[in-house]
Amino acid sequence: MSVLEVDGLVKHFSSGNRILGGSGAVVHAVEDVSFELARGEVLGLVGESGSGKSTVANCVARLIEPTSGTIRLHGEEITHLSRRAMRPHRRRLHIVFQDSYSSLNPRFTASQIVGEPLRLHGLARGAGVDSRVVELFERVGLRSELRFRYPHELSGGQRQRVGLARALSVEPSVLVADEPVSALDVSVQASILNLLRDLQDDLGFSCLFITHDLSTVEFLCDRVAVMYLGRIVELAPREQLYATPKHPYTQALLSAAVVPDPVKQRARQRVVLAGDIPSPISPPSGCAFHTRCPLAQQICADELPPLKPVGSGHTAACHLIGPTGEAPTIGN
Amino acid sequence: MSHLLEVRDLSVRFETDRGSLHAVDRVSFSLRESEVLGLVGESGCGKSVMTMATLRLLPRTAVVSGEALFEGVDLLKQSPASLRRVRGREIAFVFQEPMTSLNPVFTVGRQIGEVLRLHLGLSKRDAQDRAIELLNLVHIAAPARRVNEYPHQLSGGMRQRVMIAMALACDPKILVADEPTTALDVTIQAGILDLLRELREQIGIAIILITHNLGVVADVADRVLVMYAGRKVEEALVDDLFAAPQHPYTLGLLGALPRPGVRLLQEIPGRVPSLTVLPDACTFAPRCSRAEELCYAREPAFSTVRPQHAVACIHPGSGVGVS
Repeated sequence: MSVLEVDGLVKHFSSGNRILGGSGAVVHAVEDVSFELARGEVLGLVGESGSGKSTVANCVARLIEPTSGTIRLHGEEITHLSRRAMRPHRRRLHIVFQDSYSSLNPRFTASQIVGEPLRLHGLARGAGVDSRVVELFERVGLRSELRFRYPHELSGGQRQRVGLARALSVEPSVLVADEPVSALDVSVQASILNLLRDLQDDLGFSCLFITHDLSTVEFLCDRVAVMYLGRIVELAPREQLYATPKHPYTQALLSAAVVPDPVKQRARQRVVLAGDIPSPISPPSGCAFHTRCPLAQQICADELPPLKPVGSGHTAACHLIGPTGEAPTIGN
Repeated sequence: MSHLLEVRDLSVRFETDRGSLHAVDRVSFSLRESEVLGLVGESGCGKSVMTMATLRLLPRTAVVSGEALFEGVDLLKQSPASLRRVRGREIAFVFQEPMTSLNPVFTVGRQIGEVLRLHLGLSKRDAQDRAIELLNLVHIAAPARRVNEYPHQLSGGMRQRVMIAMALACDPKILVADEPTTALDVTIQAGILDLLRELREQIGIAIILITHNLGVVADVADRVLVMYAGRKVEEALVDDLFAAPQHPYTLGLLGALPRPGVRLLQEIPGRVPSLTVLPDACTFAPRCSRAEELCYAREPAFSTVRPQHAVACIHPGSGVGVS
């Protein structure tokens, strides 16, 4: 049973009004993205900057208006609900952001920040709010006296914990986490990742985890979707994706990631992609990756490859993958 | 091999409204010719401040003491004029954010050319030709066209390559790369790391690589210095550091990284100490599972565990980590 179904999601931005000096061009941030999130599942959405992964997160959380496609939460369509109509659904889906500083109100104490959703959704009132806040603080590993502090009086890791406590205060069934640990130091990152995993195990919420870091995905996620220039190019259960990546881009991404072991790292074969990610204003024809793909052929420039099954629960969008799922390998 | 740069007991203190802040505390290290030295540590450990202090690039509120010998001459005692001949010419910097380090209103060629004209006295035309050569050296495609472009026309990876080209303009002996790939995507980072390695092999430049990313260190460094709260805690050849880390902090850092098959990451409890006091004790002791009375009684001396591997800990060893 899926708690979240995203079907054919498209988001185009216009890059400024022509009259005001903008180009008026259309940025194709997300193109035809579909996925489902099962109950209790952690789905990683991986990609580099400009891949559209955060835009997907913001559409799903209805912070921005999707251009087309549908988003269903517990079977109910929420794609174009008004702010007011969306309100009851906000209890079921909450988001944690990368920058814990700008996503917490500097004029609120940590306790007010975490208590606000409880009050707004009428989940607690009066003294009940405070006792619930204390509980939540304990849950995310914060000393309860820290609740009287303002965001600037907390460390980065503590702020991220406050953000998590706020998100979990309404007991959502879906947590969208947009690069929640990217801005943190390694040792703090470890504690937040452990915490996320613990909370997920205990509370059983589903999680859409957005990141550019393949090693955190491997740690946390059950399934992984790889995005490139607005589209999902590969989606697979974690082990399969890391063991047998099918799409040339996934292969390049995995080969480029550095591992903290000099012997292994130096023995690795690294495929360095030529050029940079193309502009989403004028994405390449056919397969968007063909301009950088070392294996590209004529068909790749002409036709958009569909996402097709290449293994159990494993889909990839590449013309060069054979009918039985045999994949091309880049790097020799 | 001779020492190109030798830093001895370097300390940096900032005088702030709230008192002294000891950013770097008596750190010594040396850099050999064509060596890649990795400086590792988390935010605020002093790794950037330390290297900037050697070239006196810090604001006046910084009080620097110690020695920084470059080819036998103490940079900390040089006049501003003679320092200028070292900065950019003998020791060049590449910073994390290429967009803010480049001037948006000048072409790439003019900015690289400026270095050449200032330091080497090249003519405008020669400077332009050399700029194209340099862009070629850092593998920018179509350098003759790119040389006339502005920073905003380049991608992040290309901008970082331009920064490296600019740093290499005067054929420096040392390149200080401060988090050169942190702002870049993984696939772009891979290209920049390849370039750094290639430069070291081909033109024999020595590199000080400042980073928080242990994977980057594993990839390109020969030797590594681990810093914590302004102090050096461990120094080793890269293979030894990863195979047999000695300091509990180094162990903690390595254990904190997600790896395949690991279900629980190691956490380092507590927080980085305030830098306002200089305790005569191990600064990591309050967060360390191996800590005992002695750790709080005095600062641990450096002990050598194997050639070129030193650690500032009373209980070194790669056995049990921090809990």
